[in-house]
Amino acid sequence: MDLQLLSTLNAERASRRACLVVTDLDAGASRLVLEADVPADPLAADLLQALRTNKSGVREIDGKRYFITVQMPPVRVIVIGAVHISQALAPMAKLADFDVTIVDPRTAFASPERFPDVHVIAEWPDAVLPRMGLDRYTAFVALTHDPKIDDMGLMLALRSECFYVGALGSRKSHEKRVARLIEAGLDAGATARIRAPVGLNIGAVTPAEIAVSILGEIVAALRAERVAAKGREGASLVGAQAAA
Amino acid sequence: MIATQTEILAEAEAWKRAGKGVAIATVVETWGSAPRPVGSHLIIDDAGNFLGSVSGGCVEGDVVVEAMDVIESGTPKMLEFGVANEMAWRAGLACGGKIAVYVEPVR
Repeated sequence: MDLQLLSTLNAERASRRACLVVTDLDAGASRLVLEADVPADPLAADLLQALRTNKSGVREIDGKRYFITVQMPPVRVIVIGAVHISQALAPMAKLADFDVTIVDPRTAFASPERFPDVHVIAEWPDAVLPRMGLDRYTAFVALTHDPKIDDMGLMLALRSECFYVGALGSRKSHEKRVARLIEAGLDAGATARIRAPVGLNIGAVTPAEIAVSILGEIVAALRAERVAAKGREGASLVGAQAAA
Repeated sequence: MIATQTEILAEAEAWKRAGKGVAIATVVETWGSAPRPVGSHLIIDDAGNFLGSVSGGCVEGDVVVEAMDVIESGTPKMLEFGVANEMAWRAGLACGGKIAVYVEPVR
């Protein structure tokens, strides 16, 4: 692999674009294929399949052995609310290789002092989320407890491809929230996607423990296929209960 | 340094730019129970420093040694580890699985 390839690969990941590295295992030569260039590539069929299934692996094509590495953009977690739970969730999610952004229009909360080394945006969700683009590699969590702020973000998240949408609040406040969102034009199918009360049931009490339960639930949603497969094997997995 | 996929690849680039010899080891195939999935990376520099993993820590020592050879020679290598392999004595996988690791130099 040459340095130029590695450098372009890192830049593509940083720009949240998928790409593939194709290594000819016999010749020892690697090349990078950007997602946009896949359809025109000589190995288009195999590359498309690898991209679609997000599976890296060795493929035999016309008697040659290639190793295809799928490089998906890092999973992103967008948190509405620069609150106490977020202060624990942000560094934990970063450790889990998630790309974290915190959005809160209240400048007293969304300060760099409260969130060192975290991407914090002190604006309203409806200003930020459309320009960020809520793609299928994005998890969305609403934690402000303030309907003015949370609902605005939830409306956008539930109309997007986000793989996870969670919202803080008791069952009772969630019922009220669902009623408000339906009133605002969402259908019941969309509101049913909200994970609330947010997080896996691990009996979490402190903000940090709640952050662990939310992070666990995000991972279980990201790996839903594996959770389902493990469930069929009869393995005991907390996530299997959460996803069921 | 927390060694996520993003950081491992960025660090490989940084090491190379700093003038070090660098190799990237990648899990290319797994059979049976394997600790790290296909596509996992371990990066190694010419002083034997490493970041990332290709197993649960069982074979990294061997991969690092082989990688320093690869950096020296500039020629990629395919390594196989598993219970059915003669290397099992040196660096076997306790999980009973088998993995193939491709080690290539960054040029």
